[in-house]
Amino acid sequence: MPAICLYFQVHQPCRLKRYTAFDIGHDHDYEDREENRRLLEKVAERCYLPANALLSNLIRKHEGRFRVAFSISGVLLDQLTTYRPDVLESFQRLAETGCVEFLNETYYHSLSFLFSRDEFRAQVSRHRRKIKELFGQDGKTFRFTELIYNNDLAREAESLGYEVILAEGAEALLDDRSPNRVYRASWDGAGDGRIKLLLRNYRLSDDVSFRFSNRGWQEYPLTVGKYAHWIHGENGAGTVINLFMDYETFGEHQWADTGIFRFLEKLPGGILKHRDFVFATPAEIAGTVESVDSIDAPELSSWADTERDLTAWLGNAMQQDAAGTLYGLEATVKACKDTILLDSWRKLQTSDHFYYMCTKWFADGDVHKYFNPYPSPYDAYINYMNILDDLSKQVKKEKRS
Amino acid sequence: MRVLMFGWEFPPVVSGGLGTACYGITKALTGLGNPVLFVMPRIELSRPFPLLTLISASDILNAASEREKPFPEDSLLPPSLLSAPIVLRPYLNARQSGGEHQGPRDWPADSYLAAGEGYGVDLFTEVRRYGEAGGLIAARETFDVIHGHDWMTVPACLAARQASGKPFILQIHSLEYDRSGEEINERIFELERFGMEAADQIIAVSHYTKTMIVSRYGIAPEKIFVVYNALSHREAGEIYHTRRAGDDKVVLFMGRITFQKGPDYFIAAAARVLKEMPEVTFIMAGSGDMMPRMVELVAELKIGKRFHFTGFLQGSQVEEAFARADLYVMPSVSEPFGLAPLEAMMYDVPVIISRQSGVSEVLKHALKVDFWDVDEMANKMIAVLKYPPLAGELVERAREELKNLRWEKAVLKILEVYKV
Repeated sequence: MPAICLYFQVHQPCRLKRYTAFDIGHDHDYEDREENRRLLEKVAERCYLPANALLSNLIRKHEGRFRVAFSISGVLLDQLTTYRPDVLESFQRLAETGCVEFLNETYYHSLSFLFSRDEFRAQVSRHRRKIKELFGQDGKTFRFTELIYNNDLAREAESLGYEVILAEGAEALLDDRSPNRVYRASWDGAGDGRIKLLLRNYRLSDDVSFRFSNRGWQEYPLTVGKYAHWIHGENGAGTVINLFMDYETFGEHQWADTGIFRFLEKLPGGILKHRDFVFATPAEIAGTVESVDSIDAPELSSWADTERDLTAWLGNAMQQDAAGTLYGLEATVKACKDTILLDSWRKLQTSDHFYYMCTKWFADGDVHKYFNPYPSPYDAYINYMNILDDLSKQVKKEKRS
Repeated sequence: MRVLMFGWEFPPVVSGGLGTACYGITKALTGLGNPVLFVMPRIELSRPFPLLTLISASDILNAASEREKPFPEDSLLPPSLLSAPIVLRPYLNARQSGGEHQGPRDWPADSYLAAGEGYGVDLFTEVRRYGEAGGLIAARETFDVIHGHDWMTVPACLAARQASGKPFILQIHSLEYDRSGEEINERIFELERFGMEAADQIIAVSHYTKTMIVSRYGIAPEKIFVVYNALSHREAGEIYHTRRAGDDKVVLFMGRITFQKGPDYFIAAAARVLKEMPEVTFIMAGSGDMMPRMVELVAELKIGKRFHFTGFLQGSQVEEAFARADLYVMPSVSEPFGLAPLEAMMYDVPVIISRQSGVSEVLKHALKVDFWDVDEMANKMIAVLKYPPLAGELVERAREELKNLRWEKAVLKILEVYKV
């Protein structure tokens, strides 16, 4: 039975306030709470609440045959707890239906795996506990920030007890194979892992998340009939079509007036019309579908841009300097045993801060600009480094005393 | 296309961006096979290149046949522009036109306006005499289009159009409002407005300037075309890689020390930076009417030890100043374009530019500030000096960016405007 695996990433960073060289040493509060609250309210009204309500109806209507997965970052869960508990409750009600899986990730939506294994484990374990506490689920599926993936990560996730991990269906991984199969991880040619691998079908996913309202696209307008027809064309034993996208696609990246909610509303019916097709969450697929082959991924990949690599976060000297400086503080920050300092340091790990410093404007400029609260990547770097300088001074002071 | 062009200056005699831009435009126009007849008030050292003919207006007027004629009544200009003479020079503002701009004797010469100097004290008379020559030249030469640069060439362009019936394109490199803020010289403003209304098409060096032409002068936006300045192929090819010795960081201001260039904001930001980083050196290169006041301001702020005035620099001195700099700042209050930051970028110097400039529309890999936001200017100065990867990234990306700023591209747009 071919399965559709629908997973939505839900995340909002803690944006930093404007912080100049003259604030260093005087101001130790880095968050722009007002702006974070404003943006959270906006995305809650435009996306989270209406989309959750819609999914809830669809789950009821299709009597368990419509199933989805979410990965909600810890930084967003904390913001929802503070500003919009009602939104958090609507996610919890979805959990109660039994048709929704909540995945595990790094609590701070960080790049920690690339810099510190200890820090990575601490964040995964914290997120796992938080998901258990809020949604009553033991994490079986892991996905790393921005779908970053390689063999080492899969091995690490397997050792942490995960059964399945998500990645981008990048050409470098697939090597001419179909993304619509279940694979298993490979240990650099030294045998295969048990952990299964689900690869994003980026063409079908991006048809919705990026191209849906693009009038210049030859398939515009995208109807459920057309989309379901493409999906039904992938009929075959062991087929799993992984549609992974940001939850904010619904109502935020694609505004309500584009018809995106009507599309989502009709999608389950359109796909289930073909009796062979089912919806399943990543953990359900891992438990029922055998892997067909192993994927060797010595290099890192991600779901970003056309390069599908890490250059959106760590591609230039500023990004590397910022990340290197940040993780260079790990030992001293942890030695302070000061929860406020530790929390400040961890919030600075959120990948968005590095994304804002990306200078690859010309090829992928549009998307980057849309998400960037700073007028330029240089402004993002300056602000971040000023804050990091203050944190570093605080940590050193603490250490001396 | 054969172009009759009226300019006020041409390298090596330049007061700033205008002469450099005229060089770039004529070089690229002739390079594309379009002969240019370039008329200047008078020719000093300039050497033409193939297809460029330099014509001296003063030689025309001093010819024996012309010298005997009385100064004509100017029928092309409105009476308001023909009243009593005023003393001024093209790029100095109203406040200093009485001659108080002269600094102490031992200060470096105010050599920016050498082209304007020596013509007589009344610039307006010079502009009208230049206009007279324009008519005479147009009557004896053949050409397809008349292209004038800034207000000083308006009477000449009008006379040339009357003599030839060819279209008149006026390119605006700067406006009285840029140079003088609210304290404008009414007659210059009036001549600018008159010239722009009379011109068949207008070329503005930025959208910033176009907007000002529309809002301040009430000119129809439909006839204004934006063509950005650029760097000539030769300049862009000769990137001067420099080594900066020692730990002492140098921040450079280079330009006229006038209201328009915002030297006071630079000094205020410098004082803020020195509180955090006392070892930084600031250099203000250039001269102008605000210089005495700026020297006083530096003294008042007690930063003279780290703040140096060099006076006006030329040739190799300019190169040296850029080569020594770790950061170039252009804090202009109102800058129609601003070529100097591009020059700094050629020397691998990161730049901070004011958002109130045309060049900020074309540069992505430069730091931008509002000229009045002294704290942010200082914040960015500190960041460039303190975080080396920032300067590194800016410089590396700027190299790519400069490759696209070619006069050849700009001139293709100018040729399209000729054909409108």
